[in-house]
Amino acid sequence: MTIIYLIVAFSIAIGLFVNKNTKVNYSLLGLFLAVHWGFTLYACLNAGKTDNDYFTFDSLGILLHLTLSVIAVPAAIHSWLYIKRHDETPQSRGIYFAALVSLITAIGAGYMANHIAVIWIFTEITTLSASALIYHHRNKLALEGTWKYVFICALSITFVFIGILFLSLSLQHAGSEDLSFRNLLANSAALNPFWLQLAFLFIFTGFTAKLGLVPMFTAGIDAKDKAPAPAGALLASVLMNLGFVGIFRFYTVVANTDLHHWANLVIGIAAFLSLFVATVYMIKVKNIKRMFAYSGIEHMGLVMLAVAAGGVGYYAAILHIVLHAFVKSGLFFQYNQLYRVYQNKSIYHVGNYFKYNTTGAMVLLLGFISATAMPPSGLFVSEFLIFRALFEARQIWLLIAVLLLLTMIIWAFGKNIFKILFIPLSDFDESNVPVINPWESVSQFVLLAAAVYLGLNPPAGFVALIQESINLLPK
Amino acid sequence: MVHVLLITFLITLFYMAIANRMLTYVKVLAVQGILLFCVVFIQLTEINLLNLVLILLETIIFKSLAVPLFLAYILKRNKITREAEPHLPNFVSLIITTLIVVVTILLSNAIKDTHLDKIFFVVALSTIFTGLYLIATRRKIITHVMGYIVIENGVFVLSLAVGNEMPMLVNLGIMLDIFASVLILGIFLNKIGDVFKDVDVDQLRNLKDY
Repeated sequence: MTIIYLIVAFSIAIGLFVNKNTKVNYSLLGLFLAVHWGFTLYACLNAGKTDNDYFTFDSLGILLHLTLSVIAVPAAIHSWLYIKRHDETPQSRGIYFAALVSLITAIGAGYMANHIAVIWIFTEITTLSASALIYHHRNKLALEGTWKYVFICALSITFVFIGILFLSLSLQHAGSEDLSFRNLLANSAALNPFWLQLAFLFIFTGFTAKLGLVPMFTAGIDAKDKAPAPAGALLASVLMNLGFVGIFRFYTVVANTDLHHWANLVIGIAAFLSLFVATVYMIKVKNIKRMFAYSGIEHMGLVMLAVAAGGVGYYAAILHIVLHAFVKSGLFFQYNQLYRVYQNKSIYHVGNYFKYNTTGAMVLLLGFISATAMPPSGLFVSEFLIFRALFEARQIWLLIAVLLLLTMIIWAFGKNIFKILFIPLSDFDESNVPVINPWESVSQFVLLAAAVYLGLNPPAGFVALIQESINLLPK
Repeated sequence: MVHVLLITFLITLFYMAIANRMLTYVKVLAVQGILLFCVVFIQLTEINLLNLVLILLETIIFKSLAVPLFLAYILKRNKITREAEPHLPNFVSLIITTLIVVVTILLSNAIKDTHLDKIFFVVALSTIFTGLYLIATRRKIITHVMGYIVIENGVFVLSLAVGNEMPMLVNLGIMLDIFASVLILGIFLNKIGDVFKDVDVDQLRNLKDY
């Protein structure tokens, strides 16, 4: 079934790429969403089963795939609005939608993959399709962003591949050659620790380019800045989750060996450095889109810190990554309305947004409250659990440092957001401000509300999915 | 014989560290492709014939013909100056490359593993780190691409070390080669040459936070 889905989805992408007719184009996009949702439902109904050897519909895969499907719908709607407003040529529209479709497909398939090489292949495909999205505007800055993204991602997938080679060396000591996660887990006791250490270092470093963690986070920032905002929303939410899946699945293997403590140390250092870097950049950043992107680095740092802390942290990490995907994509979907009012993405040229677009300003305000994890945001619950996990792991000093950094981030984020919302601009020409349809903000409200609901009152099925996805980890 | 070839491969890295002209880099990359072709031919004895032919074709056609020719074409088309313009003097580069090799040899001595031919490990790891070093210290974008291709060659050597047991990994390595090289070279270098007149990393500094 997965193979059929992949063939259909990629043929739709090719169709979008080749076709020049507007109506056919949009119906193909609608068809893709239907196929995608159909596949998601199929995966939910067949939970736990293995499909086509290389794909397993396990809890983590299903949970993130549902998140992806929910975000894919507003992504398609906002892309449609975006393309319609920009008077695109049929060719650039075709490339955009084809890249969007193949990006969503590759991310979804990557979530379900049960073999480390298969995740790697789909990560490669996301690089290709994401680069087409980033280069959408075909100007000098977009080219620079694309070049950096492609180069860093090419390096990072090479690193993952080196890691896979070391992993195969490690596995040879266990007398096995099958690199699926199930087999790795079954043989985890016999894996050679030296090669496993090297493998973990390389695979972790490689996937940080997608996850947005030190050391490879830079490319993602430029990418989210230069990609059109609806595509940026995907890069800032579900694509980061793909990096998380890659690291988390391999971490599950390593956690069942003697290297558990060492792996926690590696992840913990990278996570804390990411938080630190995010704080530094958040304080000085003046570009609104990049500010959202850096906030993503902060959240991924928290997620990986939770994984390193263990205990209740595992649960918190998965919860946080799902909620963060909803909140951050909502903020990115909102961004284009802001840009249409001011025609500028610098904080200096943006202000008093409540006057020009009340609904949009509400989204920004609520998005800010959600992203900084203030109650009633759902992220408050997950961050609270992360702090508890750190506390229970007896990392008091680390916890204090993290709280201090988070306070600075909230201050920097808040300062910028309140400038956008309330401080009037002295030399702003109001005559050209377009009237923005409040209905365009509905999807953002839904996403933010979903994050609140899932955080504060998680349905039993949702909790069960998270619990199942972490039950392979040692307690 | 494989060891002789691999050590020759290692020597090409030293040559690359002190090379001054862009075309020398291209030629060294072509030589590396031919060396890899020979290594594959001798090393992969337990692999099925069709797969072996595929890998051999990839090394000879893609690595030692297509990529160098394309790089030479780009150099000519974008009128890139002949000098490599390293940030550091060649003498320092040579010392650093030597250090990289020495450290990987010391590292490999710490490994007690009967499954692995250590010389593969040494050559692969030194190549990967030399590639990273080339990327870090050269000013032109095209030298970054060459550094990346050097890294890929290193990864290829490493995948050959396990090639007899897991041919799938060699195939994946080839996929990575073709995919990443085509993406990086094919799509962007042409465009970058058109948009940025002097193809220099200093021009890629316009994406800022403020």
